[in-house]
Amino acid sequence: MIKKRVAIIGSGNIGTDLLIKIQRSSYLECVLFIGRNLSSPGMAKAISLGIKVSDESIQAIIKDPDCCDIVFDATSAKDAIHHWEILEKLGKIVIDMTPAKLGGLCIPAVNMAESIILKNINMITCGGQASIPIAYLIGKLHKDIEYIEVVSSIASKSAGPATRLNLDEYIETTELGVKLFSNAKNAKAILNLNPAEPCIDMQTTIFAKLDNPKIDELKIEVDKMITSIKKYVPGYQLLVEPIYENGKIVVMIKVQGLGDYLPKYAGNLDIINCAAVAVAEQFAINNQS
Amino acid sequence: MKNILISDPTLRDGNHAVSHKLNLKQIAIYCEAANYANVPIVEVGHGNGLGASSLQVGLSDVTDRQMLETAKKHLTKSKLGIHCIPGFATIKRDLANAIDIGVDVIRVASHCTEADITQRHLGYIRERGKEAYGVLMMSHMAPANLLLEEAQKMENYGAEGIIIMDSAGAYLPSDVTEKISTLVEGLDIPVGFHAHNNLGLAIANSITALESGAKILDGTARGFGAGAGNAQLEVLVAVLIKMGYKTGIDLYNILDASDIAEKEIMPSIPVIKSESIVSGLAGVFSGFSKHVKRISEEFKIDQRDIYFELGKRRVVAGQEDIIIEVAMEILKNKK
Repeated sequence: MIKKRVAIIGSGNIGTDLLIKIQRSSYLECVLFIGRNLSSPGMAKAISLGIKVSDESIQAIIKDPDCCDIVFDATSAKDAIHHWEILEKLGKIVIDMTPAKLGGLCIPAVNMAESIILKNINMITCGGQASIPIAYLIGKLHKDIEYIEVVSSIASKSAGPATRLNLDEYIETTELGVKLFSNAKNAKAILNLNPAEPCIDMQTTIFAKLDNPKIDELKIEVDKMITSIKKYVPGYQLLVEPIYENGKIVVMIKVQGLGDYLPKYAGNLDIINCAAVAVAEQFAINNQS
Repeated sequence: MKNILISDPTLRDGNHAVSHKLNLKQIAIYCEAANYANVPIVEVGHGNGLGASSLQVGLSDVTDRQMLETAKKHLTKSKLGIHCIPGFATIKRDLANAIDIGVDVIRVASHCTEADITQRHLGYIRERGKEAYGVLMMSHMAPANLLLEEAQKMENYGAEGIIIMDSAGAYLPSDVTEKISTLVEGLDIPVGFHAHNNLGLAIANSITALESGAKILDGTARGFGAGAGNAQLEVLVAVLIKMGYKTGIDLYNILDASDIAEKEIMPSIPVIKSESIVSGLAGVFSGFSKHVKRISEEFKIDQRDIYFELGKRRVVAGQEDIIIEVAMEILKNKK
């Protein structure tokens, strides 16, 4: 197996955690870790792992375009737009970790096959990775859903500066994903940051407003979905199984992380990164040449 | 004579008390009365503010746009204010429209330790030339020095004043003194206080805030608001007159406005119910009360147990979904 060469741009929580995960991969090799400041904690981590680093942002790839096959963009929605203009011309596969929604939205447990043929694959948001698989199942079992709402709470310490500045894009992209995958007419996404100590695990609740809920069928489907997500996100678990309360379906998910760069409470970091690695690995397996 | 700025969220915080079901006629009637009484700022909207109508918190029957347009029509002297929490409200979907409709004053709120999520919203409001305030919610959960740091961030982002909310009605007067004076000393912009009455201290805490240097106070007609309700506006105005403060509000007219509010918009006048006392002691967001009541009845468990467990978990405003999980856990542990 020849490992695909990847570059990570963005040395914050997401980028650094991705790097650690990729170090374990049999299909991927990180050849360049790019940020803007060599003294940031993420850079220090990469240097300690013996990874080649650059503080020249996108210039690093412009200067050496043949260094990699895949670029993970873990910057911000605003920067990702600018990066894609360049990376598209250079013919790179981009896995976009920001909510810039430039490419196809990807939930590995639902649409892996159609995602890995794209040039720009958007990993939606952490809350989207946690909630959309369930919203998809609700959409599969019920017709004409008026409204689905997804609420995520994450530990304050797991949300870095870009996440905080990107709250509006988080909401827009998560809502778009929920609508697209569930076919609900309307969707709403809400994000809470909770500063409690010890830090809370990531939790996501999915609400669907509908009559005639098929709770028993949903329970079976949800169990199957959790098994398939657990293959790439081991800490994905059902907290409250589907119930029907006050005119709505309620399902609650908890996501614990692997504790790679941030501790285990940061399930939000883990779920989007595990999903991205799963996509990149599948791409590597399908493109052995 | 010292001037105090009064902001009246009867039609916003009060929406919590009716599960966010205030209708347009009620909004029109109270806006007209408050406007006539010269209330400087009338805050209108869903209990959690702009873009917050949701299954999580409660669905409104009317849209933000309808509420704000109705209010705007009836506020000729009073400014129209809104509450806005990033994570619920986005600039593009919510804030831009609200400003187009004619909102004058926007309070951008975050949980008390998360001020940096208000940066873009505050910046946008200033760009549009509207009055921007920063609000630190659930402020009992952070020590004074940390609150000051967060308030200073908001000041840097462009906030023209900082309001700290006792969202759980958990403050004692000594807490108010400590926190308000720390903020007043450390900030160059005015400081305000938003009380809840879970422990019967809303008026006393509001006055303590003034004596510690606050310049802005919130009060609602009959105290109409989440949980045990807020500082009762007409009482607050009367006390301020007696103490020699100037608010610009006419006493008879605000008394009339509160009578109108009681008759037209309140299914019941707020009282401090047993569960509100527990909620205040546990430090739980007042907006949770309707949900806790409903879920405790559905699952047949004591609401007081739910409040203390929520307090232990340090849940914040916006985490209403956790109530179900806590209820199911209590039920499981009983078996």
